[in-house]
Amino acid sequence: MPEKRGADIVIDVLIEEGVDTVFGLPGGAIMEVYDALFDAPLRNILARHEQAAAHMADGYARATGKVGVVLATSGPGATNLVTGLATAHMDSVPVVAITGQVPRNYIGTDAFQEADVVGITRPITKHNFLVTDIKDLALILREAFYLAKTGRPGPVLVDIPKDITQQVYNYKMPTIKDVEDALPGYKPHYEGNPVQIKRAAELIRKAKRPVLYVGGGVIIGNASEELRELAELTRIPVATTNMGKGAFDENHPLALHMLGMHGTYYANMAVYNCDLLIAVGARFDDRVTGKIDEFAPEAKIIHIDIDPASISKNIHVDIPIVGDVKNVLQKLLRELKKKPVEWVKARESWLKQIEKWREKHPLTYQQSDKIIKPQYVIEEIYKITKGEAIISAGVGQHQMWAAMFYKYKFPRQFLNSGGLGTMGYGFPAAVGAKLGKPDKTVFAIEGDGSFVMNMQDVITAVQYRVPVKIAIINNEFLGMVRQWQQLFYDSRYSSVCLAVHPDFVKLAEAMGAVGLRATKPKEVRQVLQKAMEINDRPVIMDFVVDREENVLPMVPAGKSYREMIVSPKQKGEAETMYLVG
Amino acid sequence: MTEDIKAIKVRPLPKTETRKHVIIVRVMHNFGVLTRITSLFAGRGYNIESLTVGKTHEPNVARITIVVEGNERVVEQIIKQLRKLIETLRVRDITDIPHIERELVLIKVHAGEDKARDEIMRLVNIFRAKVVDVSTDTYTIEITGDSEKIDAFINLLRPFGLKDIARTGVLALTRESAKEGLQEHKLE
Repeated sequence: MPEKRGADIVIDVLIEEGVDTVFGLPGGAIMEVYDALFDAPLRNILARHEQAAAHMADGYARATGKVGVVLATSGPGATNLVTGLATAHMDSVPVVAITGQVPRNYIGTDAFQEADVVGITRPITKHNFLVTDIKDLALILREAFYLAKTGRPGPVLVDIPKDITQQVYNYKMPTIKDVEDALPGYKPHYEGNPVQIKRAAELIRKAKRPVLYVGGGVIIGNASEELRELAELTRIPVATTNMGKGAFDENHPLALHMLGMHGTYYANMAVYNCDLLIAVGARFDDRVTGKIDEFAPEAKIIHIDIDPASISKNIHVDIPIVGDVKNVLQKLLRELKKKPVEWVKARESWLKQIEKWREKHPLTYQQSDKIIKPQYVIEEIYKITKGEAIISAGVGQHQMWAAMFYKYKFPRQFLNSGGLGTMGYGFPAAVGAKLGKPDKTVFAIEGDGSFVMNMQDVITAVQYRVPVKIAIINNEFLGMVRQWQQLFYDSRYSSVCLAVHPDFVKLAEAMGAVGLRATKPKEVRQVLQKAMEINDRPVIMDFVVDREENVLPMVPAGKSYREMIVSPKQKGEAETMYLVG
Repeated sequence: MTEDIKAIKVRPLPKTETRKHVIIVRVMHNFGVLTRITSLFAGRGYNIESLTVGKTHEPNVARITIVVEGNERVVEQIIKQLRKLIETLRVRDITDIPHIERELVLIKVHAGEDKARDEIMRLVNIFRAKVVDVSTDTYTIEITGDSEKIDAFINLLRPFGLKDIARTGVLALTRESAKEGLQEHKLE
């Protein structure tokens, strides 16, 4: 190997790792790397804000399953990544962030654009590194990729002082063996414990009212096929978390759709009344469980997850199985098939009971012919894309409607910040997803509040001709906060009204995108049709919707499923259904 | 299917009683690794009673002994989080495994009058401690032992007037002798 600059070593490793797209902005401390990028066979998507760049890398990673890469300079460049990294961390998304740092002899001197980036990002990354010697540079970068994508994935940050990127060194590309040797303490569990798997099979055979509770781990672990086979073999209905959407075809008769705070009545009833809960790649988040003492109170719990720290973290688990979900589900299926599956017949009365719940309170809303209902917009997006689009959502009411009223059928189809709940995530993530999956229609379903948090990067989408479709569900409110204020703070609407917005149509035009607006229900379809015809630039659709529509059903935070609010009696009033325990 | 699902034996609930746990963590001796460990505790509001760190016979491996108060559930979670750290090689809770605990303490105590000086020397001999520095009105004493012995010693010195104390925190190693079936007291 000839002598190379540190910056060129960075590029070499990116190429070795199969990276073809990176997202980021240059600046003083990372200039050498950008200089090396100038004629490298890689494209840099020049975002206009590092937070957006991080979300783009995240959206790219979620949509493709590959590692997303984001570059930023020292100080403010790196601190702007923080929200993006925390978002990826909470949702286990493989992202590698490469940040420039001030030269080594300036570290700790409060130099211009200096920040302790490794210190700041320690709790929001899977791991991070400060490179102190050019000899370690290539190995550390390869370790970063290895850590990001194996085990429970997550973001990894590598902070490189500028003088190291400029230094010249005769290096050899480290092998995977070198990487593994450098990480002696890192040994993710892939194989499930066979004894536990046998016991889990035994419980599954004996359960009368079982439910599968499926999270994002099934998507990350590419285990959708195994999940479907398990559900069909054992006739166990499937409730998914927000992150698990797409792991199981939502048009399948066994699909209960989402559970938890904004779960369906039938999913929550099934979970509340089940005698066996099989959690697969999920982590018993508070938005799922509500009041933890009353979550699935009758049930034995099986928990399959690759992260031992997720097991019995929030709830006591009866049968923990640590392993790769695909691997474990395959073994579980083999175990179940060893004996005849006559016992599934006993499940039919349970499934009938669930059907009754489904008929009693299906997922629905009150349609109107005068005013656009937000749920209607989502349904129309579903229809016009034939359920095949990738949907990326921001955070708030629109996110929940996007989760409820679009029926997802394949993994990596629904991208949203489930864990951290990052407003402003949806649109930049959609740009990343579209760049990673150019053949797919990609919709960013955004709230008006959420969209404006990162709307500067429409310019980026215009520059690179990324034809994402941005549907703003515009209620001129921070809608979810308004809903909580209405329900729990006596309608005292404190600082939630977004009465002053830019004219989104003009904004789109000013940025070089296409702007469209619908204010009446009958215009929704027309606007969507026009948007579908545009394939060379982003489209911003401003859907002016019913301002005070609520997301229902809802289990108020920290409450039991028994206190689920199912449907609005009339405006401003909610009917509380006390579920039968 | 007549057997009730509830009758099937599963993992028992963790104990809820709070007690002292001794956790041994072997880590790669990289910069920043200690911060990763302590911030795990800090971020969750757990208080560390003591923490000692030092090199081992293996190159680039450090050994950390952490003493923490908590119930099984909390400690189990701490151990899982420690294991999750990339630079962690091994984590063991040795509380219920036969082990030796030692702490080294330096104590500066008032010793002006002859009577006090005599009495303190008597205690030093009984506890097999050592006077390492003497001035006209103080003794500085070095003592090693388990935490109980040290606490008892300090309590006995208290009436004389303590000026300063420096404790290393607990160090611990498991007993090989226990594995060989030897009685612990034989080696004491």
